[in-house]
Order: sequence, then C-alpha cells, then structure tokens
Amino acid sequence: MAHTDGVADGAEDSERVSPFYDPKVRGLFFQVILILIVGYLVYVGISNAANNLARAGIASGFGFFNERAGFDIGQSLIYYTNDSSYFRAFLVGLFNTLVVAAMGIFLATVVGFIVGLARLSRNYLVRKLATVYVETLRNIPLLLQLLFWYKAVLAVLPSPRQTGIEQDVSLVWSLNNRGLYLPRLVPEDGSAIVFISVLVALALWFVIGRWSYKRQMATGQRFPVLWTGLGLLFGLPLLALLISGFPFYLEYASLQGFNMAGGWVIRPEFMALLLGLSLYTASFIAEIVRAGILAVPKGQTEAAFALGVRPNLTSRLVIIPQAMRVIIPPLTSQYLNLTKNSSLAVAIGYPDLVAVFGGTVLNQTGQAVEVISITMLVYLGISLLTSAFMNWFNSRVALVER
Amino acid sequence: MPGIESANPFYYVAREELPQLPPPTSQRGFGGWMRTNLFATPRDTVLSIVVLLLLVWMIPPMVQWLFIDAVWTGEGREACLGPDVGACWAFVEAKFGQFIYGRYPLEERWRVDLTAVLLIIGLVPIAIPSVPYKRENAIYLLVVFPILAFILLTGQFGLVPVETSRWGGLLVTLVVAIVGIVVSFPFGILLALGRRSNLPIVKTLSVVFIEFWRGVPLITVLFMSSVMLPLFLPENVTFDKLLRALIGVALFASAYMAEVVRGGLQAIPKGQYEASDAMGITYWQGMRLIILPQALKLVIPGIVNTFIGLFKDTSLVLIIGIFDLLGIVQQNFTDPNWITPVTPATGLIFAAFVYFIFCFSMSRYSVFMERRLDTGHRS
Repeated sequence: MAHTDGVADGAEDSERVSPFYDPKVRGLFFQVILILIVGYLVYVGISNAANNLARAGIASGFGFFNERAGFDIGQSLIYYTNDSSYFRAFLVGLFNTLVVAAMGIFLATVVGFIVGLARLSRNYLVRKLATVYVETLRNIPLLLQLLFWYKAVLAVLPSPRQTGIEQDVSLVWSLNNRGLYLPRLVPEDGSAIVFISVLVALALWFVIGRWSYKRQMATGQRFPVLWTGLGLLFGLPLLALLISGFPFYLEYASLQGFNMAGGWVIRPEFMALLLGLSLYTASFIAEIVRAGILAVPKGQTEAAFALGVRPNLTSRLVIIPQAMRVIIPPLTSQYLNLTKNSSLAVAIGYPDLVAVFGGTVLNQTGQAVEVISITMLVYLGISLLTSAFMNWFNSRVALVER
Repeated sequence: MPGIESANPFYYVAREELPQLPPPTSQRGFGGWMRTNLFATPRDTVLSIVVLLLLVWMIPPMVQWLFIDAVWTGEGREACLGPDVGACWAFVEAKFGQFIYGRYPLEERWRVDLTAVLLIIGLVPIAIPSVPYKRENAIYLLVVFPILAFILLTGQFGLVPVETSRWGGLLVTLVVAIVGIVVSFPFGILLALGRRSNLPIVKTLSVVFIEFWRGVPLITVLFMSSVMLPLFLPENVTFDKLLRALIGVALFASAYMAEVVRGGLQAIPKGQYEASDAMGITYWQGMRLIILPQALKLVIPGIVNTFIGLFKDTSLVLIIGIFDLLGIVQQNFTDPNWITPVTPATGLIFAAFVYFIFCFSMSRYSVFMERRLDTGHRS
C-alpha cells in the first residue's frame, strides 16, 4: 500500500496527502497503540501478581535456590542428597533431561533411518512392515505410548524374587520390575591409559579423515576411512588393555534380601521414557528420510550407474549426500520435539527437569512464577542452541549453488 | 470398402492391432510376484525369511492375547484374573460410558450426542471439496457451532447446568482439540500476517510470541496456565480449570498455526501481492479477498496435520488433573473392582485404538487433499 508516487513527486505532493492517509503515519499510530495495549496488559498482570503473592505470603526472587531441598531423587548423575540445595536439584533434573534427550536423539536417528530406508525397500514384506510401524506409532499419542511401556510392559515384569534368582549370586544380567541389571565396569589404578587410547583413536580418525579427503580431491583415490576409524577405535583400547593388564573389574548385580544390589542398573522409568521417545520420534524421522531420498531426481542414480558406480556406493556417495540437504531442516525440528517431549517424563516418574523442578520444587516453595519461567527458559535455551547447531551443520552439508 | 482395400499397396500391413504377448513366465502370476517382491536377490531372500519368522513369532501370540484368551464379559476383576488371561475387554465394556462422557450426568448425555451430531453436520460437507457453500459452512463451524455447543454442553437457557469438572473422556479430548484449533485459526492468521508485516514492532512482537511458544514444551504451558495464570488475574476473578487449560492449548496452537499459515503466505507469488497493491484496495481488503483465500487453500493439509498433532497433544491435560480419554482410562486402573495385571494393557490398547482411528483417518484425508491440491506445477 505504499504510495510511492507521493514520495517520488516530493514535498508538494506529500502536502496533498492528509496525514490520516499517510501509510507511515498510520503504521506509527497503530504500532504505538499496540505497544500501549501490550504494555498495559503486562503492567496489570505484574501488579496483580505482586498483589496476589503478597496476600498469599509467598516470597519472590531467586533466594530459594540456596535453601535445603529436603527431598530425594531416584536417579542422579551428580552427587545429590536431600541435604543439597534447590539449585543442585535443578541441576539433577536438567542433566537427567539432557541425558534422555541425547540418547533418545541417537536411538531415534538410527531407528528412523533404518525404517525410512525399509519403507523404500524392493522387498514387499520389509516395506509393509515399515509402513505398519510408521502408521501405528505416528497416530498414537506419545503419552499413551509412554504409559503403555511403563504400566503395561515394564511394570508387569516379575519382581526380583519372582524371577527365581538366588540370594547373593552374581548375575550377568537380570530384567525385573526394578530395572535392567547389567555388570558395571569399575576402573582400577592405571586405567587412565585406556581412556587416553580412546581419545588418541578419535584424534587419529579425524586426522586420517582430513588426509583422505585431501587425497581424494587431488587424486580421486578413496581410502576406507570408516573401517580404519572403527578399527582404531576398538583396536587401540584393546591394545592398551592388554599392555596394562586389564585394569578393570566387573561388579555384578545380585539379590540381597528383597532388593537388588550392585551392578549397573537402568531403571524402568528411564527405559520406558527412552523407548517411547525414540520409537515415536523414529516414526517421524522415517517419513522425513523417505521424503528426502525420494526428492533426489532419478537421473542422479542413472548417471551414477552410467559411470559404472556400484549400487552401494551410489547410495552412499550420490543419493544420501543430496538427500541430506532435504532431510536436515525437518530432522532438526524432530530433535527439538524429542527434547521438548522428554518433559512427559513427569507422567511416569522419571526425575527430569519438569518433574523435579516444575513439580516438587514448585510444590515446596510455591514460587510458581520463578520456577515455571526458569523451566520454560531452559527449554527455550536448549531449543535455540540445538537449532543453531543444526543450522551450522546444515550450512556445511548444503551444496553451494551457483 | 473392399474394392479399395485390394488396391492398397500396403496390403501386408496388419488390419487390427495384434494382442500383446504375455510377459515371460518368470514374471507372471503369484510365482512371478514372489520372485520380484520377495526373492529378487539373495539378500532379499534372507530379509524375507527373517521378516516372515518375525511375523510368525509375533502375530499368533498377539491374536491369542487380544481375542482368543480375552475375557469378553464379566462383572468384576474375578473374571479377568488367572494365569492365561488375555485382554480384559469386560473392563472396557463396563467403563465405556465413562470413557466417552466422563462423569457427565446420565440423563443429560443426549446433549453431548446432539453436539456431536451438530459437529458432523458441519464437518462432513466442508470436508468434501465438491459441496458448495463453503463460506457459509465455515461460518457455521467457526461461529454458530461453538455457540450452540457451549449452550448445550454447559447448560444455558434452562438446561440443567453441568460443571466442567464432570466432563471427561472423549468429550474433553474433542472439546480441547476443537477449541484449540478454532481459536488458533484467527490468531494464527493474525500472527502470520504480523510476522510478514513491514511494521517493525508488530513483526518483532509476532516473532517473539511465535518462537516462544514453539520453543517450550506443552506441559510447561499447561503448568503455566494452571498455576501461574491465576496469579496474574485480579483476586476476585476465578477461572474454571478446563478453561485455563484451553487458554494454554489455544496460545500454544496459535503459534504452530501461524507457522503453517506463513508457509502458505510465502508460497503465493509476489505478483499477487503487487497486483493487490496496484488495485488500490486497502491492506485488509487485499488480504481478505486476494491473498488469504489462495494461501489458506494451499495449507489445508498443514492445518489438518496441526490438528492431528493437537489432537494427540490433548492427552497431556491429564497431567494437570483433567480427565480426558487417556486420563479417565488411566484413572480407572485404580478402581479396586477392576485391578488385574491385564487391566492397564487393555485400557491403553483401547485408548490407542480410538486415537488411532481419529488420527489415521485425518491423515488419510490430508493426503487426499494434498493430492487434489497438487496441480503438478511445483518446481
């Protein structure tokens, strides 16, 4: 609606246009009104909140962070007791959220890619099975799936005593309603060399990758980077283990009284959340992968075949790199969805950020405004960081177009 | 014309089209189908056998559990106890009324049924592209129906009032999802227009609003609307619990709807915007008469997909203590008359089935519309 002719003709014309019809004046006018309305709403909200909080005798501010939490948390990555502060409880919740989100993203990507490729398989059975998987999981709410894993699958597992294991016997593994028990690898003195060897292997992998890329650009010869890298990653630590004389021992789980002790335990809450989140998100990722691969023109495959490239290499070097361009933006939003959906943990009692902070801490302190704002800001922060990283990755993968 | 024909120099040309030769026997019939679809390569053969074994391992126990060992009738938990009992459908049968209506009074349930009929009357013709009067139909669905539904469900004008705390089951699921989508539609359009506006403040406010709601989980939004919202209101104003959840869901859905509509606005060629400016009509006239009709038609599949997402997300209201379909199913697990090891699985499978029917049919509809709207001109 810009009256460009009025601007072009200069001062004489702009006098003719009354300010009432001038788009600039109008725009300014409406924006000022909008600011006044929004400002008024914010002001009323804040003054009401101040009144209500004062009346209810609820403290405000972030002083509560240093107070004693006084409640226990089932699973924690960092040291935490009920004597710890609310801030420590906040950190426990945040780390639990991040762990389940990171593992969920990894699993969902793997399953999603496999199912997505299976949907394009030539094999009728594989194709149909993948379709049934996608259509079923996509169309059932995630919360229902979490409850299903938790209440209908994992909760009805037998108790440790019912599984028929004997007292004080070391177990290689045990799955019961307390969780999945596996042996724990406990490092002893001199184990540092093994960890260092892993880092060295990763560094070597990276260096070889750079070298092979340069060589391929210069000479066209390919080097099996993946297999060399995997060989290094498993070979070097194995060598280190042999040299240092295996400085680890395995701690097995065992039944002591009514409870399990020792070992490495994956709780049912965590298992249900991880399974539910990753299988659900995988069904969306599968569709994204399928769409991405179908978006690569058929001529690309034909051209690769015409050049004599074998089918396996064609998909690895021609199809998938081009499909990734289409796949990555929607994949990012699925990763963000998974992270946000991990907040459903509160329904099955996994102590994530929302359950610990937005649940227990909120109930104990009553400081709804602070607690909920912080929770929301943390998720907002995670979302912005993830999308920033994926945008950076996308710009690296995207083809440079003329 | 036999005379001319005999004089035709091309007498060796066949008079009629020859029938096609049948495909080679290796590609024909059931055997050929199996060869191309199941056993094309050694790897395919191995995959087929593995999948077949997997199906044989999975499907018979599932059928056994769901149907053969299932308990179809019974008065209480005794019917569903036992070592080899499958699904306890008697539980679903006994609680079916609750799953659909919640604790809505028995003698008033006709009002819910009537509302459902009114909804279907509006929904079916708008979903079929060839039925005329789309505009009137949309006005009925977006304005008239919500008012009628409000009157019927809450009980105005002499009907017996029913508090929202008594609503539950599928009724609440549908109320939350439909209110969310109906409210988010106009707000989403306004936000999408705001995001593409030239006015810097309008644009900033829209972007912040949209990105904020899209960046936080729905759970925290529901917590916010149930715990924080009352704090921001004057002390004598109290809000119904369901209404607070609806406000949260509507804000959340508006942000997603805005992004869907923005996609449509961006797909309209620039020439359309310029042409509407050149007509000398106002911004709002241009949007209403030229841009939005084209943009909204393009994003029908996106709107349906948003609705599917919203429909599934409504299940989260159970966390703030509102008994939607999933909430009421879960609440009944603790009914002492029905506590058995198979009750949770049965109830959840029933709820999953209901959600699946709704979501799957909507997604089929969205695919249908996408095919219909795809004119094949995409670059």
